[in-house]
Order: sequence, then structure tokens, then C-alpha cells
Amino acid sequence: MTNHWRDIRHADVVMINGANPAEAHPVGFQWIMRAKLERGAKIVHVDPRFTRTSAVADTHLRIRVGTDVAYFGGLINYVLQNGLYHKEYVAHATNAAFVVKQGYGFSDGLFNGYDPQTRLYDPTLWAYETGADGFAKTDVSHPRSVLNLMREHYSRYTPEMVERITGIPRDQFLEVAKLVGQMGRPDKVMTVIYAVGLTHHTTGVQLIRSGAVLQLLLGNMGRPGGGMNAERGHANIQGNTDHAISWEVLPGYLKVPAPGQRTVADYVEQSASKQLRPTAINYFGTNYRNFMVSLLKAWYGNAATKDNEFAFDHLPKPAGNSSWLSIFDQALQGKMEGVMLSGMTATSIGPDSNQVLQALSNLKWLCVMDAFPTTSSEFWRAPGIDPAKVETEVFMLPASHWIEKEGSFTNSGRWVQWKEQVLPPEGEARHDHWILADLFGRVRDLYRQQGGKYPAPVFDLTLRYADPRKPQLDEIAKEINGRDLATGAQLETFADLKDDGTTTAGDWIYTGHYPDTGNLAKRRDGVQDPKKNDPTGMDFYPSWAWSWPANRRVLYNRASADPQGRPWDPKRPGIQWDAATSLWVGDVPDYPPDADPTKPGAPLWFIMTGEGMGRLFSNGVADGPFPEHYEPIESPIQNPLHPAVSATPVAFLYDQAAGRPNRFGTSSEFPYVATSYRLTEHEHYITQQVEQLVQLQPEAFVEVPAELAREKGIETGDRVRVSSKRGKLEVRAVVTKRLGPLQVDGKKIYQIGIPIHWGFVGIKTGQHWLANALTPFVGDASARTPEFKAFLVNIEKM
Amino acid sequence: MEVTRRHFLQLSSAGAGVLGVSALGFDLTQATRIRQHLRIEGATVSHSVCPYCAVGCALLAYTKKAASGKVELLQIEGDPDSPVNEGRLCPKGATALQLAVSRRRVASPLYRAPGAAEWTRVSWDFALDKLARNVKASRDRTFVTVDADGNVVNRCEGVAFAGGAAFSSEEGYLATKLMRGLGLVYLEQQARV
Repeated sequence: MTNHWRDIRHADVVMINGANPAEAHPVGFQWIMRAKLERGAKIVHVDPRFTRTSAVADTHLRIRVGTDVAYFGGLINYVLQNGLYHKEYVAHATNAAFVVKQGYGFSDGLFNGYDPQTRLYDPTLWAYETGADGFAKTDVSHPRSVLNLMREHYSRYTPEMVERITGIPRDQFLEVAKLVGQMGRPDKVMTVIYAVGLTHHTTGVQLIRSGAVLQLLLGNMGRPGGGMNAERGHANIQGNTDHAISWEVLPGYLKVPAPGQRTVADYVEQSASKQLRPTAINYFGTNYRNFMVSLLKAWYGNAATKDNEFAFDHLPKPAGNSSWLSIFDQALQGKMEGVMLSGMTATSIGPDSNQVLQALSNLKWLCVMDAFPTTSSEFWRAPGIDPAKVETEVFMLPASHWIEKEGSFTNSGRWVQWKEQVLPPEGEARHDHWILADLFGRVRDLYRQQGGKYPAPVFDLTLRYADPRKPQLDEIAKEINGRDLATGAQLETFADLKDDGTTTAGDWIYTGHYPDTGNLAKRRDGVQDPKKNDPTGMDFYPSWAWSWPANRRVLYNRASADPQGRPWDPKRPGIQWDAATSLWVGDVPDYPPDADPTKPGAPLWFIMTGEGMGRLFSNGVADGPFPEHYEPIESPIQNPLHPAVSATPVAFLYDQAAGRPNRFGTSSEFPYVATSYRLTEHEHYITQQVEQLVQLQPEAFVEVPAELAREKGIETGDRVRVSSKRGKLEVRAVVTKRLGPLQVDGKKIYQIGIPIHWGFVGIKTGQHWLANALTPFVGDASARTPEFKAFLVNIEKM
Repeated sequence: MEVTRRHFLQLSSAGAGVLGVSALGFDLTQATRIRQHLRIEGATVSHSVCPYCAVGCALLAYTKKAASGKVELLQIEGDPDSPVNEGRLCPKGATALQLAVSRRRVASPLYRAPGAAEWTRVSWDFALDKLARNVKASRDRTFVTVDADGNVVNRCEGVAFAGGAAFSSEEGYLATKLMRGLGLVYLEQQARV
């Protein structure tokens, strides 16, 4: 989230796409309801299903899954055509006036720079024209200004086209567009809330970008009650994304080093953003080297010196994409030998479960660290599998629970909240980090005894803990924060990080959370005393826990104030310039705290980007500088915008590339659209081990639209077979009006709903069907997030 | 007077709405409060955070040391001081105690040999030693120091690690560091899937 849960109460419009917070995030949903009840906010729910979120929304727009780019595109077009965007904000805070490099083009569904052989774009072509001073040219009236290119690009997203693609009737769409258009006024603000209903698509990144582009146009980024707010589905997805259990980044979103980079300078040159305007601060780009060297010092200690490029060679450099789908693709190809899973069950989680089971069977060994048995630890005896034929060696290591250890969870709103150890680990269970530290220690011992391939990084890795086999989380929290190596003092801000090897920081965005005065994530000054603990009355609660970065509660908050530093809406200030003290006051400013906005040459507002501004046009994505609607890989229609390029031209097709048979279905065989989701009573798969929750929601089922059920003679409680090209479920049907039919491009489209929670492990072991047996093995062009939310199935009564 | 569920529903549907002294002849709310109080009296209060979604509801956990020396978890409830949840919990958070204390936990390390039809109960030393040998063997077999273009890459291509959405950030940081220390490039967690 750019903002945080409690902040949602300050919105005038709550736009919810691809999410069902009333059921999936019920306690967070109270802030949406408080916006509605306390300030009359309008809730717009755009979702294929009518859910409990829709039930309390002012408007529910039934949308075909995977078409939100067209929906947002229609809103962007409406706002541009009718001049409803926040003009002063757009001029000061976005790259609208930047002139795009000659050669830019978009026709018949393709941007410039496409190579059909590699199925890749060259995003470096989507750049800006530069002047003699080396900076990007700006001229908003130029035919290739971002704003003009944008007008042209989005002019195709008329209400009629939105209806053809999304199935939302144009009068309903226009009613919402009118409401959204009002949010461009300085005294109005809208929040956009989304979840994996937007991300789980081959166009996932562009679905999110569409919302962000709209929010920039309306002047809603950086403002209390505004922003782009992702609701995350696991307690600590955020924290462990920040800390980079993710192939493409190092902690703090530093890019992973690439082959060919020999020095830290090479790395920074290719990874850090360049300053593109004279008054852009480009904070991230400028400090990239400080952050990277401090990380290398944290990891390799005395073995990282100026003379050896701070041990930059030690860092592994991946050959290419190494994300979830790639792991199992490598296993299918017989190249992956071993997989370690912690609190994450591959069998249930990944798309195309049958293919994943095959991949697990191809491994030499699999290690599962979990508190309970999982569908991965038990995969070798899954229904239909003969254990005698599975040669994989499997380890099940009992891990301690969240309540049996301390440490922090970072919530969706970036609040780092420390939890205490409440219970000792049950029985023989051990903490995940002790298991890993012990394992690492044993591997290191083996290298000492036997030698082996390039053992230097194994020996050089710092383990500055009282007991390196049992590190304390408090010790690790301090390491993440970082220190000054000369004085030994814990650092208070990442601004003090250096590139000469005199400082450390395990994750620069967390620097400051653990100064010498103590762990700020433990702070508990909350609503027990709102006057004292929320002095601005804007719900920042600065002394409740700690929020990255720098305890800032709303990202980009410079943009909450006008050019003179006055809040756009005085009733909802983020930060404001206080001339008396010559300081910004309010939230922790996302801006130099003493930069006088009224002085000429004041820094641009978005301090992290090279542009100094928010990007309406960006070359940071693999599939286009502006979001464009593409059909899901499996779709019932051809893309009405450009039928020849119907689905994304740049999604990586794993099965095709590896020479495996095609696993995608067509609408002639599989005529219905399906999507997957969670229920209130379950969280992914672990809750199959919780008696009360299994009692509340005991059995796998699918939701079938009433009209389709009539056609098929299906009644609630009937057993049905739902099948895709990849697999099937045989479960009960729930017939519902919550999933109505849609008219899409002249065709009647039915959508079937599939809750994900069941498997062959848990209290009710008879419920062995895996929802992801149906989903396709393909992901987003940039992020490779699998397309769990839009695929084709057939359904029959059994 | 025993209040059955049926009786309760009858009273509610009769328009009582809020159950109080007038409907039943005594105040159930008060009784519940006293029962709760007795349950947690003298207990130690610890602060935790809900393990399920990422709203980040703050929890209060009440424990007592039994005569046997075992720490018993008595109750988990929402923390009223939290600006995130103000004491509220959803059905999952409200039943977190059943996740925390469960007879369904894996009791000891388990090992399943290739082709075996059952688990074998093993010691931690057995499991970690064997796993360490596997990691080293796979690393040695699949480690690439220099790629085909002559670039120093120092990566292990044959081992992957995935996880972290359920454990503490500090554990995740250590996992990142140790796995990259071994040269792993296939690293993943729940954010993408």
C-alpha cells in the first residue's frame, strides 16, 4: 500500500477492483465502512462476483475477469476527454510534459520494438528525448508529449469499447465515470484498493499500473485517503518481499546483479535510475551505491573490501528468470535437483497442480519446513500417485509457529509490528531460521572438510551472532537496520549509509527501525489515547510500531500539498510547509524536510524517480509503456481492440519453450470462464488443520451462475465435474445469482467461481481436489505472476 | 434457566434484538464478562500479531504456567489499543488459538526414502546431516562459476528455496542471506503466487 489501512477512512470514493475485502480482509474492511458511514464515501466494487463487499457498496459493476485494463482505460479516457484531471497536480507531479523519443508507436496491438522471434520488446526504446544539457525534454504541447500520446492511446477506450470488452453496460460505466471524474478536484480524493484479483493475470502489472495512472491524473497519489493500496493475503508477504526472498531483487528492492557486471560501478550503472530533470532528487538512484555497498558489508564483513569490489563476485548472478514457474519448469526439465519449502506448499499453491506434482517427482530431494503436514510433504502419496514410483527423497522438518517465536510482521500498510514469543516451540519443533542456520553451518563444515565448488562465499558470509547456529531475531533485526562500523552505533537513517565500506545495512528501507534507543517496531502508542498518539488527527499514529521507510505513513506525501506547500484539502493534510519553522510538518515528509517549496528551484515532488515525477509513461515494464488491454491466455473471445494480437504478445510460454505438449484450452472445448478465490473462514491451505474453521466451511464446492445451472440441470448440492485442459475437480455445486451472465462483444459469457482451499491434507482428507489443477502454467510478462484468475473450463453434472 | 440456541433465536426474533435483563431475567453480557475475567485472571499478557492475512491485527495472548511447568495458552483476543484493528478479529483471527495449540502438529523430523511408502521418524541430526550432504552435492553438481559468455556468475542452478509469507521478517532476511550465500538464484515467496 502507498497508504495504510486506517487511512482509507479519509477517502471520498473507495474504488475496489479484483478484491473482496469484506470477506478476505474483514477487519481491514472496517476502514472502508467508516469512510462510508462517517463521511458518506461512495464504494464502487468492480468484480466478477457479487460478494459481501458488493452488498454494502453503492455500485457493483460486474466485470469479466482479466479486463480491468479496459475498465481503467475507459476511466482514463473519460477523465482526459472531459478535462477532469487535476491539472495543477499533473503539471507539477507527473511526467505528462516529457517528450517521448522519436520512433514511439503503437499499432495493431503492438508497441514499437517488438521482436516476434524472442517474443520480447526492447523497452529501452521507450525513452525520452534529451536536450543538450542531457536532461529529458519537456513540452506538453509537443505531439509526442506523454499527455498527447496518452490521449491518443486511450481514445480507443470509449464507453462502447469498455462495454464490449468488460461486459459492463455503458450507462452503468458512465455513471461511475462521472463520480470518478469528480475526484480530480483538489478537495476530493479517491483510494484504489485491489488484491490478487488484479495481479493474477498475464497482464497483472499493467492492471495495477492502470489504476496508478488514473490516480496520478486525478491527483490522488500521496494524499491521505488516496493512493494505490494492495491488500496482501499473508501475514508477512510484505516483510519478506522487502527482504527479498525473491529472485529478482536484493533486500530493499535493489536489483539482483546480472551476468556481465564485474564491479559495483557496473552494477550501479545498469541498475540505478538516472537523474532526468535538473531539480529531480533521484534519491534512490543517487544512493544506490551506498545501499549496495552497505549490504555487501553486512553480508561479507571483513571479506568485503574496496580492493575486491566489496566481494561483489560472491553474489550469485542468475542467467534469467528464476521465479516460481521457472523453478518448476526447471524441475520438469530435470535440471532442478532440490527444493526447500517453508510455509508454502507447492502442490496447492502453484498453477497446474498435476504438472507441479510431476515436477516434484522429478526432484532428487525435497525439504518441507512446516508446522503441519502439507500437500507438498505428502505429495508422494497424493491420490493417484504410486509412492513406489516416486524417487524423490523427502524431508519433513517440524517448524515452530508464529506464536512460538518473536519477530516482526510487516502488514499491507508497511507497518512493521513486533510480536513477542508467547509459547515455547511445541515438542521437537524448531524455528525456521534455526533450521536454516544449522543447515548452513553443516554445509559450511562439509566444505571445510571436503572442499568443493567455489566455497569462498560460504566461508565469508558473516554470522555475527552469539550462537551462529541459533541466531536471535533481535540480533538479526539490528543487522537489518545497520550500523556505523567506526563507532559501532546503530544507524538512525539510511541517509547516513556510505559507499566506502564504513557502514552496514541488511535492508536500507528498514534502517532507522532499530536505533541505539531500541526496536521501534515494538512501540504501542495506539488508540488508547488518540489525542496524544495521533497529534495531527490524520491517523498516522507515528509511535505505534514503525513504518518503512523512515516511519513514513503515506508514500509520496509531498504531493498531498500544492506548489506552495499548502494541503490540497486543508481538512485532510498529509504534510504542509510551516514558514515559521521552515520545516514540513505532519507525516514524515517524503521530501527534504527543510526544502522551502516557495523558493525557485525547489526539488521536484517524487524524490525516488529519475524524473522527479510520477510516471504516466514508463519503460520499467516488459509489455508496454502504457497499459493496454490483452485477453487472458485462455479467453472466450478475440480481443476487440486488435484481434490479431489478442493475448499479450510477451508472456513467456514455458511448455512451448521446453517442447512440452500444449496445455492451453480453447473455448470450443472449454466454453466457460473460471476464476479462483478465498472464503472468509479459510486462509489458503493451513486452515484445513483448524477444527472450528473446517466446521464453519467444511467442503469444497464451486459456484455456478443460476442461468447456466438451469441450462445444465444443475441444482445446489449436485456433484459436478469442472475440467480444464489441465485437470479437473469433482465437487458440489452451489447455484447462485452472485455470478450473473455477461454480454461480451455480442456473446453471452458465464463465469464460474472456484474457492481454492481444499486438498488431500487436513482434517477432512476426503476433500482431495486441488483447485489449481485447473489453472494455466503461464504468468505476467514482467512479474511472471501466474494467471490464476482467468481461465477456461467446462462443467458437467455428474 | 438454560438458554438454548433455539430459545435464543426465539427471543431475538421476538424483537428483543439486544439480549438484556428484560428478556431473560438476567444479564448474559455481564456473565460472559465475569467468565472471561475468571479465565484470564492472573495470566501473563503477551503481544502478538495475527498469523493469517496482512491486515496485521494486533493480538493479546494470555498464558499461565501450569503446575507441570508447561506454559498454557488460555485465550487470544484482539488488542483494543491497535490503530489497525481496535480489538476486532475475523473468524480466522478469533480461532487463532486452535492454530496455536493443535494435536495435528508434526511431532518430529520425518524422512521418506526414495520409493518408500511411509515416513520414518528420524532425529534432527540425521535429517540435517543428510540434508546438508544433499545441498552440498547438488550445489557442487550444478554450480556455475563462469557462464558461456565468460562472465563470473557464481551461481547454484540446481537448488531452489521458497517460503516466508508465514515467518518473521528477520527469519526471512536470514533465509535470503544464507541462501544467496550458498549461491542460490531460484528464490521465491508468496507475493508472486
